[in-house]
Amino acid sequence: MSREEDIYEEHVLDHYEDPFHRGDLPTATHAHEGDNPLCGDVIHVDLKIDDDGRVQEAWFDGEGCVISQASASMLMEKIEGLSLAEIKQFSADEMLQLFGPRLTPNRQKCCLLSWRVVQSALHAPVEGGQNDDRDGSSQFGGPSLKEES
Amino acid sequence: MTATQTTLLPVDTIRRDFPILTQKSASGMPLVYLDNAASTQHPQVVIDAISDCYRNYYSNVHRGIHTMSEASTHAYEKSRETVADFLNAASLREVIFTAGATAAINTVARSWGDANITSNDTILLTIAEHHANIVPWQQLAARVGCKIVFLPVADDGTISDDVVIAHLEKHRPKLFAFVAISNVLGTEFPVQRWTQLAHDAGAVVLVDAAQAAPHLPLDVQLWNADFVVFSGHKVCGPSGIGVLYGKESLLDAMPPFLGGGAMIHRVTTDGFEPAELPEKFEAGTPPITEAIGLAAAIKYVRAIGLEKIHAHEKQLVRRAAELLSEIEGVTMLGPLPEQRSGILSFVVQDVHAHDVSQWLDTRGIAVRAGHHCAMPLHKRFGVSATSRASFYFYNTIEEVDVFAVAVREVREKFARTGRKRTR
Repeated sequence: MSREEDIYEEHVLDHYEDPFHRGDLPTATHAHEGDNPLCGDVIHVDLKIDDDGRVQEAWFDGEGCVISQASASMLMEKIEGLSLAEIKQFSADEMLQLFGPRLTPNRQKCCLLSWRVVQSALHAPVEGGQNDDRDGSSQFGGPSLKEES
Repeated sequence: MTATQTTLLPVDTIRRDFPILTQKSASGMPLVYLDNAASTQHPQVVIDAISDCYRNYYSNVHRGIHTMSEASTHAYEKSRETVADFLNAASLREVIFTAGATAAINTVARSWGDANITSNDTILLTIAEHHANIVPWQQLAARVGCKIVFLPVADDGTISDDVVIAHLEKHRPKLFAFVAISNVLGTEFPVQRWTQLAHDAGAVVLVDAAQAAPHLPLDVQLWNADFVVFSGHKVCGPSGIGVLYGKESLLDAMPPFLGGGAMIHRVTTDGFEPAELPEKFEAGTPPITEAIGLAAAIKYVRAIGLEKIHAHEKQLVRRAAELLSEIEGVTMLGPLPEQRSGILSFVVQDVHAHDVSQWLDTRGIAVRAGHHCAMPLHKRFGVSATSRASFYFYNTIEEVDVFAVAVREVREKFARTGRKRTR
């Protein structure tokens, strides 16, 4: 089996088809949404952060490729119960490790979308309106799909 | 092989001219290269022409007195003759080497556009344009305040003459800039007819021939378009070079775009006098080996025959469309095979285009996934991304069959089976 096929290993497809906490969280204290206009991947994250600065609940919704959606599911599962400091320390490299299969630079971007949205959500308390970075104000600085420029 | 085997071209022989096509893909499978609308591969004669220049006579052009500069200049200008002949341009002065089709359109927008378009004017485009034929006009609109109107495309990927006529009459555009063949839909638009209609309505015409010049016989005098652009890397030539064809009277009246060396006749501390055509639009050291490589590519492609290439690709795309139509959940964009060049974009239900492309890659098949630099067109069809197979003369019917099998596998691979995450 080639490396590319490994990307779609069982663990990944399981998360894609049976995601952890996919949906809205009406009691969210923090929320953010981001997309990758080049792929059309969209991830919305709702977090409920308690007074001690710990994530009680993490939910996501969105659409896109297997990598973007499965990695979001894995990340929601991972960050529930973590403190803000722990999440802030959770690096992009650790996100790629959490996902598992090795990804080419272009697909790393899909995997890191939810990670980027979570990092922004920590600074985006819900105050009546939702936050949104689709205007491109906080574009991901990782490897890009140059071919699409 | 079956009766569907194309017999128009000796493809097995042709493929031996392309070193890259003999390689195995990263997955270990034979390479099936179906990303030709993005960029084509290079025959040995093109590689050799570039190599020969670098090894034996490379120097800057139009500058030195020494022997090698003369040799490079001669080869560079011979390349211009090859391109002029390829396009059937009336004069060598009408053939400008640019960095690509994108740079060519930008040159027209910045030079002709700034000098001729005002806030009272309208530019007519189609919704099927590549970003290269949208953004330069949006930038022009931001500078001068002109209006941009997009011709709608029908569900079948075509635009009727009636729609074109109605828009020309209603908006009276000063420029009608359109793609000869859509890089997503594969639709072959009637360039000659639309150009006539536009001229009758008083519009100047720019044709984006990036997907046309490599695939069918082209005659700019027959088209009668005012500007025609294409890129070298889509016709087996190098990247970094493209061509701006323009009618001499228009180019002559246009101010230079990029300023610098080579585009001047004389420079003083008070100002400059621009050079004559075509140097007026070729500031700086031009793409020398790229021009030489492009000329070799054009000669190679013409020797195979553009009419045969076109017919061969239509056979491949017809076969591909037939096979994909048999796969449940696969939707194809674009017109019937009669109006379609060798480009086939499709969507697999519930599977993202990147996953389609990634899976096909495991089968050695290279296709493009994404919006193909045509976001407005994707929006019009209500999809964020498609997968695209695009053919060239070196592709075979067998490759089309391998491709269709892999697309069928995608459905099975990503179908929902009630699997559960480990808890």
